[in-house]
Parts: sequence; C-alpha cells; structure tokens
Amino acid sequence: MSFAWAKQYEPQSGFTKWIDEKLPLPRLVYNAIGAGYPVPRNLNYMWNFGVLAGFCLVLQIVTGVILAMHYASNTEVAFGQVEHIMRNVNWGWMMRYAHANGASFFFIVIYLHIFRGLYYSSYKAPREMIWLLGVVIFLLMMATAFMGYVLPWGQMSFWGAKVITGLFGAIPFVGEPLQVWLVGGYAPNDSTLNRFFSLHFLLPFVIAGVVILHIWALHIPGSSNPTGVEVKKESDTVPFHPYYTAKDGFGLGVFLIAFTFMVFFLPNFLGHPDNYIEANPLSTPAHIVPEWYFLPFYAILRAFTGDLTIPFTGIVLIQAKLLGVIAMFGSILVWFFLPWLDKSPVRSGHYRPMFKKFFWFGLIPTMIVLTICGGAPAEEPYVLLSQIFTAYYFLHFLVILPIVSQIEVPKPLPFSITEAVLGSDKEPAAQPA
Amino acid sequence: MTIRLAGIIAGLGITAVLVLWSLVPGVIALVTGPPAEKPAYYAFKEKPVEPEGGFSFAGPVGKWDYAQLQRGYSVYKQVCSACHGLKYVAFRNLEELGYSEEQVRAEAATWNVPGIDPDTGEATMRPALPTDYFPNPYPNNVAAAAANNNAIPPDLSLMTKARKDGSNYVYSLMNGYVDPDPEKLAAAQEKGFETPMGLYFNPWFENVNLAMPPQLYEGSITYDDGTEASVPQMSADIAAFLTWTAEPTLIKRKQTGWFVIAFLLFATGLAYMSYKQIWAGQKPKKK
Repeated sequence: MSFAWAKQYEPQSGFTKWIDEKLPLPRLVYNAIGAGYPVPRNLNYMWNFGVLAGFCLVLQIVTGVILAMHYASNTEVAFGQVEHIMRNVNWGWMMRYAHANGASFFFIVIYLHIFRGLYYSSYKAPREMIWLLGVVIFLLMMATAFMGYVLPWGQMSFWGAKVITGLFGAIPFVGEPLQVWLVGGYAPNDSTLNRFFSLHFLLPFVIAGVVILHIWALHIPGSSNPTGVEVKKESDTVPFHPYYTAKDGFGLGVFLIAFTFMVFFLPNFLGHPDNYIEANPLSTPAHIVPEWYFLPFYAILRAFTGDLTIPFTGIVLIQAKLLGVIAMFGSILVWFFLPWLDKSPVRSGHYRPMFKKFFWFGLIPTMIVLTICGGAPAEEPYVLLSQIFTAYYFLHFLVILPIVSQIEVPKPLPFSITEAVLGSDKEPAAQPA
Repeated sequence: MTIRLAGIIAGLGITAVLVLWSLVPGVIALVTGPPAEKPAYYAFKEKPVEPEGGFSFAGPVGKWDYAQLQRGYSVYKQVCSACHGLKYVAFRNLEELGYSEEQVRAEAATWNVPGIDPDTGEATMRPALPTDYFPNPYPNNVAAAAANNNAIPPDLSLMTKARKDGSNYVYSLMNGYVDPDPEKLAAAQEKGFETPMGLYFNPWFENVNLAMPPQLYEGSITYDDGTEASVPQMSADIAAFLTWTAEPTLIKRKQTGWFVIAFLLFATGLAYMSYKQIWAGQKPKKK
C-alpha cells in the first residue's frame, strides 16, 4: 500500500504498544496522513484542496448538526424557525451563516480540486478509481446542497424545488407518477420538506463514507504530482507529516480568512434576497435561479430550446425539456469516462501544448460563460451563448480530448520528480542543521 | 478505442441536436422575428440610492445610530403598523434600541395583542407584554386583502433582506413617490403603459406601479427628539429601523468578524512561518 521506504509506525510506550496490538488506529493514521505516507515533494498549492474539502465536510456536519437541533421541518413553521435560529439562539446567526456560506465554499474548493484533476489528468491510470469515487462524491454533494437549500422554506427554496423535481416529469411514460412519488404530492409540500430534511441529514454521512473510499484508493498508488512523472525513489518524496501537514495548515489559514470574511461581512452576498420571503405556492418569483454553484449545469439544461422532431412531419421524437435533462446529467456523467477518453500517456497539462490551449482557452471560459448564462434570464444573447458553450462543453470532453490525446506531441518529461525539482537527479543537498 | 469512438459519436450527436434543433431555429427567430423588447415600465426603473450621508451601519465598521433607530420605530408605530406586521420582532428586542426595561414594559403595554380571557376562555385583546411579538394588524390574509384592494401588505420584519440592496431600497421607495418624467411617460404610454386606478407610480418598485399609497408627508409625525420630520428623514429612519428588524445581530456580526479575522491573520502568519521553516532546504534554489 505504500512505498518501500515509507517509515513504519513504532509504538514507544507500553500503552501505545498495547493499543497497537488491539486496535492499530494510530498506525492507520500514521500511514494515512502521518510520517508513514511518502508524498511527491513537488506538489503545488493546487494539491491543498483535498484536505480543504475534507475540512469543509466536517465544518458542514458540525454546523449542520447544531442547526438541526433548533430547526423544524414543517412547512408551517420552518421559515420562522430559521429566523428563531438567527435571532434567539445563542450564536445561531453565526452557525447559519457559516453553514450557508460553508456550502458555497465547499463547492469553490471542490471545483478547484476537480480543475486540478482535469489539468494534471489525475484521473489517469493508476488513479481511475479515485476519480470515479470523486465524481460520486460530487453528485452526492449536489443532491445534498439542493435539498439543504429547500429547508429554509423561502421563495427560492420552494420554486427551486419545484423546478428541479419537475425535471423528473420529463422522463417519458413514468415521469409524472415518478415526480409525484418523489415529491409526495403535486407540488413541494410538508412531505417534501420532511423527506428532504431527513435525506439532507443522512447524505453527508454517506459522503463521508465515500470520502474514506476515495482516500483509501488514493493511498494505493499515492498522490499524483504536477510533473505527472510517477515516484521512482525516496528522493522523490517527503513524508506527509510534517511537510504537508505544515503546508495544509497554512492553506487552511488562507481558506479560513476568505471564508470568515464572507460569513461576517457579506453573509448574504452569495444567496438570493427572495429566500428571505416565506414560500408562497401562489406567487412565482420573476426569475427562478438555483444557487451559484449549479448555474453552469442550469445553463446546459436551458440551452435545449427546441424539440427534436423529424423535419417537415412535426413528429416529436424527444421533447426539449427531456433533451435538457439528459444533457444536464450527461454533462457530469461524461466525467466518469474521462480516464478512457483521454489516452495521452502524459498526465500533466504542463507538458501537453495542445491540451493546455484547449483547457485554458476552451474549457475555463466555457465554465465562466455558462455560469453567467445560468444566472441570466432566458433571453438573448444568453440563450445563444449557452447553446454555443454547451456544445463546446460536450465537444471538449467527448471529441477534442480523444483526438488531441491521439495527435498531440508532448514536450519531453523530466526523468524524475527529483530532477524536476532540483534540476539534476542527484540526492538533494544535506539539510542545514 | 471503443469508448473513444463512442465518445466522439456521442459528442458530435449532442452537438448536432443542439445546433440543428435549438440553435439554428433560435438564430432564425432572432433574425427574422420582431426584436425582443423589455416591458414598457423598464424605462422608469431606478436603482436604489442611499440617503444623504449614507447609513451609519453600512460598511465594515458601521454602528447603529440608536437615535435614528428610535425615530424609525416611531415611524413604524405611527404609520406602517396600521397595515404591516413585524412578526419576528418581540417587544423585549426594543431594549437593543437603547430603551430601559421599564420603558419597554410601558411601550409594550401601549399595544394590544390577541389574548384569552382568563375567566371565560374567550378570545380577547390584552395589552402586550415584553415577551410578546409585534401583532399583525389584520386577523388573517383574507381580511388584509379585503381592506387593501386585494394587495396583502407584507410583513416588514425581513424586508431589507428580502430585497436587493434592501436598506437603500426601502429608503428610495418610501422617498420615491414622484410624477413620471413626462417624456418617458409619453413614450411608454404608446407601448401601453399606464398606472391603473388604485395603484401609485414609484420608479423604485418592481414594476413601478405600487398598491401602497404614499405614506410619508412633511410633518406627518412628530419626533420625540425634535428632529424635523421631512420625507427623506422619515424614509431614512424607517429604512434604518427595518434594517435592524431584519438583522438585529448586524453590528455584533461585523465586530466579531474583526476579531476572528485578526486572529486568523496572526495564526496564518505563524502557519506560514512554520511551513517555510519545515521546508527550508527541501526547495530548490531559484536560478
């Protein structure tokens, strides 16, 4: 499970020896995030986001469990109960703002983590399973975040729930009964709120379980690194502790400064004012928009404006709504196939000139434009832009990546990580005392 | 190889469906169809403006202006409370505006809230206690709609958070009953714009025609502290008061934030130095 030169856990005292025999948990931690885990020595700051994502999950569970102690999932009282937390519960406002902004920051961290994986092709063999589990975690996060946003029972909660559950209605034949069954009625109601609360409490623990698998799978090949050259010998690595615990500690500090700045000074900046109006099934908001982290996918959903018909006959094969739903789910499902779509033997984007151009001038602008379009009203030029960039999104992953990986001439790779870091593959100079 | 081939076919297929059935018809409609137009009222719409001198609570070091909050409370009590509730605010909360416990008890007693007759058990009205919440002026939404030309006056507790740029919005709206610009009006009327009977023109409202008549007039209330009750003054005061009702913890939040960020800057500085020290000798020298 690890490199031959990994340090072994050696219990010193009688007590730790006794523990190590009965339940070698300290040994597990030592090998997972301690000195017993050799990590490439050349990781850059983009490798901080895995630990930060884990921190976000813990933050959300802790604040969420506290909020659940004061919340009530009943449509009659839910909105007022959230105000009770904001006004009467000691430090309740801080818990709620931390939880709401924590969700946003969790997604910021996860998006950076995913972009790291895409740019450095972390999904390639031997790390396919880590990537697949990561996509599962992302899907679970989306479900959890969506259901969490419904709980305050504001206008956007209600209408967002209505729009998103309505997507299931697009499925042919079984769509409508399926939607009624999932929602527990024809529109979001008390049953919906109760089941969403129940699942919103459950899913984070499911995520935690998949995170354990994700990290387990990571420890088999070990971390990837910015050169994409695999670890060859001991001089390529440093032990996780103290080297990366120290670096992650600094990264966590920077993250917390940005996070607490939003919590204490702009707590509602990423939210929508309409969610401070209690849900009213009789009054539709002017623009129903999801939370910012769903906007690119919402833009893909709305890009499909025309039914797929047989020309000149008027026979509808697939309705526009269903096309949008398929595309929206498909936009994430394609990630599952990435390890096999991109066959370039070179991992790091640094050494892939063509890939790099498509990444920075194709994919990144696409995600930005789709985010803007998802938040804009369904009018021109946003519809046209979301159509063009949705097309690019799918072309990028399904057509460009396979072809580029076939025809691209990569730049020469360094012989080893040691060479990439030190300029020559000799043992690093002795550390100054 | 099979997956890549399937991927390329799927990618081209999705693109073809999107381009041929959605994008092309969209472009054709865009070119041949009539240009999309915003509704006529858009010509009048104004962005919220801040009162002269701004709000004391704005910005990262903002503070409540307690005299202003108390003035805003009297505007609410004497004007707004006739139609609008404040259901998430309790009378005890008024202590945060600088009133003493006795003052709050006396102030609460000037309000009537629904109660139960202790002898007969029948519904009755009783003077409010500090623990009571502000009462809704109407017994239910039907009564509220019937009394107000079918427009239900919304609860004001959260109004400044429920609108974009809420504090400035409330100020601008209350201060914003003006006559429409005659030139813009003539142009808009050609497109069918009108202010129907029973509605009032206000360029800060969502669709510029508002069911609430102008409420604030020069001197319509008298302030205890002798401040001249001009319309902009009352508008700013009620906006400040409603900012407090929407988020009583606003100032505490910002003050806490300074401590938290100061601590984190210090801790992160330490973390940076230990990171650099631990890594010393492991990083290549820059050439």
